[in-house]
Amino acid sequence: MADDKITDKAHVPTVIADELHIVYRVNGAKTGKGSATSALSRILKRGEERGVRKVHAVKGVSFTSYRGEAIGLIGSNGSGKSTLLRAIAGLLPAEKGKVYTDGQPSLLGVNAALMNDLTGERNVILGGLAMGMSREQIRARYQDIVDFSGINEKGDFITLPMRTYSSGMAARLRFSIAAAKDHDVLMIDEALATGDRKFQKRSEARIRELRKEAGTVFLVSHNNKSIRDTCDRVLWLERGELRMDGPTEEVLKEYEKFTAK
Amino acid sequence: MVSETTHDGGVAVSAPPSADDGLTRAELAVKYGLSQSGARPGLFEYVRQLWGRRHFIIAFSQAKLTAQYSQAKLGQVWQVVTPLLNAAVYFFIFGLLLGARKGIPEHIYVPFLVTGVFVFTFTQSSVMAGVRAISGNLGLVRALHFPRASLPISFALQQLQQLLFSMIVLVVIMLGFGIFPAWSWLLVVPALLLQFVFNTGLALIFARLGSKTPDLAQLMPFVMRTWMYASGVMFSIPAMLADKDVPGWVSDVLQWNPAAIYMDLIRFAMIDDYTYEEFLPHHVWAFALGWALLAGVVGFVYFWKAEEKYGRG
Repeated sequence: MADDKITDKAHVPTVIADELHIVYRVNGAKTGKGSATSALSRILKRGEERGVRKVHAVKGVSFTSYRGEAIGLIGSNGSGKSTLLRAIAGLLPAEKGKVYTDGQPSLLGVNAALMNDLTGERNVILGGLAMGMSREQIRARYQDIVDFSGINEKGDFITLPMRTYSSGMAARLRFSIAAAKDHDVLMIDEALATGDRKFQKRSEARIRELRKEAGTVFLVSHNNKSIRDTCDRVLWLERGELRMDGPTEEVLKEYEKFTAK
Repeated sequence: MVSETTHDGGVAVSAPPSADDGLTRAELAVKYGLSQSGARPGLFEYVRQLWGRRHFIIAFSQAKLTAQYSQAKLGQVWQVVTPLLNAAVYFFIFGLLLGARKGIPEHIYVPFLVTGVFVFTFTQSSVMAGVRAISGNLGLVRALHFPRASLPISFALQQLQQLLFSMIVLVVIMLGFGIFPAWSWLLVVPALLLQFVFNTGLALIFARLGSKTPDLAQLMPFVMRTWMYASGVMFSIPAMLADKDVPGWVSDVLQWNPAAIYMDLIRFAMIDDYTYEEFLPHHVWAFALGWALLAGVVGFVYFWKAEEKYGRG
């Protein structure tokens, strides 16, 4: 495996995943029937974890990433890419195995902390605080965030509640808030590349900037072109297992062969 | 499986041997000082992290409070109107229909009742918010890093701010019944602070329970209602039990329950004729402090013990 040996100039590992397993537990999804009687019979049935269905999303993934690498994660829908990112970030507890990291990896995303009923202005502050920025840092970057989002290009929208924004505007503001912070290990889920063409270009430039500042970047994407543009190494996940790990071109070639089938 | 490549262009099919070659992943992690992701910090480190997030905790609680009524036409006026309507309903049912006033001087019954309703609601809604603090915010827990205790604490803080709006209503009602501000009103501050600590502890406990068993959100309203009726929100416990054939200590034990203690303290602080001798149990402040410390410490440690497990599906 490529990950066991030193491959890069810096040779300093930033993330080590060691036989990582992630299992989701879903309540009340054991059988197709969701009726009260079937729920009751599930409760009455003896045995471990009644009425809980387990989803084994990541199965024994191991790899080591090094400082300065940009790593793409590819695989079909539901192959465990986003789950793996969250586990690396320490947001999902591992069922088995361990993840070691240098510093605190962070997911580029702040959606969950924002509230639709609040003004854009307050959401910038709330999102910044939720990401762990100090009030001073937010104040210093506030104008940049608003300018970057382009929310105020068509009038004073930042003082309106976010629920009044178009979906594109809201997505732009979310990305702008999320991208305002610097990170050691940065993980980007593709879903963030939203907005019109102009904004997409601006956000790609910002991601490149973030990459320069971060030690290691992970990028989840279904767009092979953006993986080629940004990544030098690719992990290919399929059904929760690491199918291939290597230089971008080699893995993508295999992956394209696989998906063309 | 895959040949080695240096990523700055050149291909190095055979990587140069390195001192790291023979190491297992765990040893490699130790060598470069990598820490385990998602591991639970020590208790003191946890408190430190939490303190570092105090601005987030406050901002989050205020945001929740504002968002609550932002779609209503009257907007934030509901912060005050909601508790007022609540008090009116309780007065109609218990004061007029059921005559729960027994033993309480007529001119203080409404202030007595309203204080009880507001103070109990503070604890009740903190517990209810606690149950959903983690299970209702999984998106947040799975997307961002912060000490998870921020959420239940923030929700308890939101309820404290909600209570402060209710206190405005309470003061107006007090004035309406001829009860005027006195120095004793200052006792409200320590009483509410102790109750806030107690509530936060409960919210932390129920946040952990609720994260494992979201069904608690369905069950707790019944538990809380039972607790409310047993705590003398709309009647005085000693006055109710006075002519019943029960030993005196039963009344004491009922009155020592935390909800009753905090209600009694606020009533005692604000209402002149609600006297210590007649209505309050012995050692009332000691109990107020004891309950706060017990719930606060137990709740915090209990919640922290599962810190790394929150967010699992």
